[in-house]
Amino acid sequence: MKITGAQALIKSLEMAGVEVMFGLPGGCILPAYDPLLDSSIRHILVRHEQGAGHMAEGYAHVTGKPGVAMVTSGPAATNLVTPLCDAYMDSVPMVAITGQVPTFAIGTDAFQECDTVGITRSVTKHNELVMSADDLPRIIKEAFHIATTGRPGPVLVDVPKDVLQNTMEWYWPDSVDLPGYRPNTKGHPRMIREAAKLILASERPVIYAGGGILKARAADALRELAELVNVNVVTTLMARGAFPDSHPLALGMPGMHGNYTAVTAMQKSDLLITLGARFDDRITGKVPTFAPEAKIIHVDIDPAEQGKVRRPDIPIVGDCKQVIEEIIREIRALLHAGETQADTSTWRSRLSGWREQYPLSYEPSAPGDALKPQYCLEVLRDSCPSDTILVSGVGQHQMWCSQYWHFDHPYTWVNSGGLGTMGFAVPAAIGAKVGRPDKLVWAIDGDGCFQMTAQELVTAAVERIPVKIGILNNAYLGMVRQWQEMFYEERYSEVYLSQDVPDFVKWAEAMGCVGIRVDSPEEVQPAIDKANEIDDRPVVVDFRTDSREKVFPMVPAGQSNDDIILPPAQQALRTRGA
Amino acid sequence: MTMGDAPNHHILSVLVENRSGVLARVASLFARRGYNIFSLAVAPSEDERFSRITIVADVDSSPLEQITKQLFKLIDVVKISELDPRTSVERELLLATVKAEPERRGQVVELVQIFEGKILAVGPDAITVSLDGNPDKLDDFEELMRGYGIVELQRTGRVALPKLDREARVRAVKGKAS
Repeated sequence: MKITGAQALIKSLEMAGVEVMFGLPGGCILPAYDPLLDSSIRHILVRHEQGAGHMAEGYAHVTGKPGVAMVTSGPAATNLVTPLCDAYMDSVPMVAITGQVPTFAIGTDAFQECDTVGITRSVTKHNELVMSADDLPRIIKEAFHIATTGRPGPVLVDVPKDVLQNTMEWYWPDSVDLPGYRPNTKGHPRMIREAAKLILASERPVIYAGGGILKARAADALRELAELVNVNVVTTLMARGAFPDSHPLALGMPGMHGNYTAVTAMQKSDLLITLGARFDDRITGKVPTFAPEAKIIHVDIDPAEQGKVRRPDIPIVGDCKQVIEEIIREIRALLHAGETQADTSTWRSRLSGWREQYPLSYEPSAPGDALKPQYCLEVLRDSCPSDTILVSGVGQHQMWCSQYWHFDHPYTWVNSGGLGTMGFAVPAAIGAKVGRPDKLVWAIDGDGCFQMTAQELVTAAVERIPVKIGILNNAYLGMVRQWQEMFYEERYSEVYLSQDVPDFVKWAEAMGCVGIRVDSPEEVQPAIDKANEIDDRPVVVDFRTDSREKVFPMVPAGQSNDDIILPPAQQALRTRGA
Repeated sequence: MTMGDAPNHHILSVLVENRSGVLARVASLFARRGYNIFSLAVAPSEDERFSRITIVADVDSSPLEQITKQLFKLIDVVKISELDPRTSVERELLLATVKAEPERRGQVVELVQIFEGKILAVGPDAITVSLDGNPDKLDDFEELMRGYGIVELQRTGRVALPKLDREARVRAVKGKAS
């Protein structure tokens, strides 16, 4: 059957199981948009290509399926660079299709030409320029295979216009042939045995669970392991939801803005059971002083993570789910054979002591004072079902979300962890809602972040995607303000945005959303209730919050986790105690 | 400058799929970490589907390990071996035009013959020679020719293979990446 490259592209996407894609047409990709009219694939027309990329990410985060974005050449492709890099850093499966100028025009500085594969080489797991329509099905099949297997990531396929217009004989390959790509999913049996022994022998073990748990769909296995050996679990920013916060063994988030117990548990541990985490600098603080007494078991599907930051005592390359299940089997066998587990009771009582002494806390606002952002989050958390999907941008509000929300289900937390992309929340929330229309989706954004990608709410309004956006509006680039206050002697440089401009309520209304403004604590609950009742259009709630509020605890950048700064009240207590 | 092996020179032999863009992918992994590729040779291998890239890089062992692992992650990279110079055969080709005025031509020709090089062209006061061999030999020759005056010089990147029946000494880096 002879069909055009454009038809082959859309047919290939259908064959790859694509149900939804996010995009915006233009010159070179035009031919592909014609067969799309006859396709089963739902296309969501975005207002900016960056939005398409983040929507694809949000969709992938909550469904586990690859998100797909399709845009044209040149500026559209360059607008996709940020989401691609974001997806690459956070290992999000994504396939991007970009138009390209016709093959004969490549390299001539043609209109809307850019070297897309060159530009995106270092921000994709793989990319490919298609030079013949005959290659399209194979390359699309490979793209989805690469994006979703091993350590997931974004793959870009660049398709010149004439390739879309030429005809080809349709086929769909039944397998992929990539001699250089064979991800190792099964851990080394000897290493697994060693890991099991070390876990049983350790007196101060901590499970350091990262985003890889979610990518490997290993949340159940993680829970089984933790309960089997009664070991506490820290969940990194990328792993929130991978282990229920309500579980007695949950310690919450470690890292620069992690809670005292999670940070200190890692510091004082004698064994970090590292599962799908990568010793990010936001977790380790100053590396030479990080968890100095801990042995390291490092399970990761990416061999390049082994020893990248911290040399593991037991490296295990493999799929988190498979490896955890193997470790559980091995531990059971050891216990069955009469092996006993070391006594961890002293350790666990130390942990509960810290938890009692240094809980997350903030000063509630006195009557008449400005609204506290943490309070807004607590009310929101308590007003939403526990499987609500929470999406955030990047900055103070992101940290407060991770700290104050109670994540009890996997795939209910969507954020930009590695790249820290301001403007992520609005489009990612839209993608998440498209992927899980059955769930309530709230995005918490900063006023700085919101102004970067808010126009996608037009997309949401027009496409009837009822997301809710809560802006923690402190009129500042809050995290930068916090650093300037703490580390630059309160010399505030270019961080004040504006108290009254834009008018977020009017802006929301202009975009077809409902806008609500909240100035005082009493208005928080009614506003959230009202927002939760609206299901036919997006809602934006402008929470006017206290700009002086800072995120605590905090480990200043480049310092040791031992130098964690607590909220002022606790810090005073601790200093007095010491 | 001598081309001999500094202590932190490492030789990587990288088998890649023979297609466009692969060299750029490989090179950019070094470039983005600020490491210089000292010498590079690329050509098709025994299997026409694959090319072999021989990279000599000026990197300490620990960043090299990370670069090697990152190279492995490239979809087009099929195999990587780090070759130990002591157990590998290395070859390079040198082309040079050297000043050889009639009164000194005899000396230059004699040296070329000692090194088993070839004289490719002779002009009134210069000759062009070619010489292949292991990089140390080429270094020595280049050094000697410098005394006569090198007009132009071009060396290829080195190519290398493990010596036969010494497989055990080839540190094939294990674990194909995701």
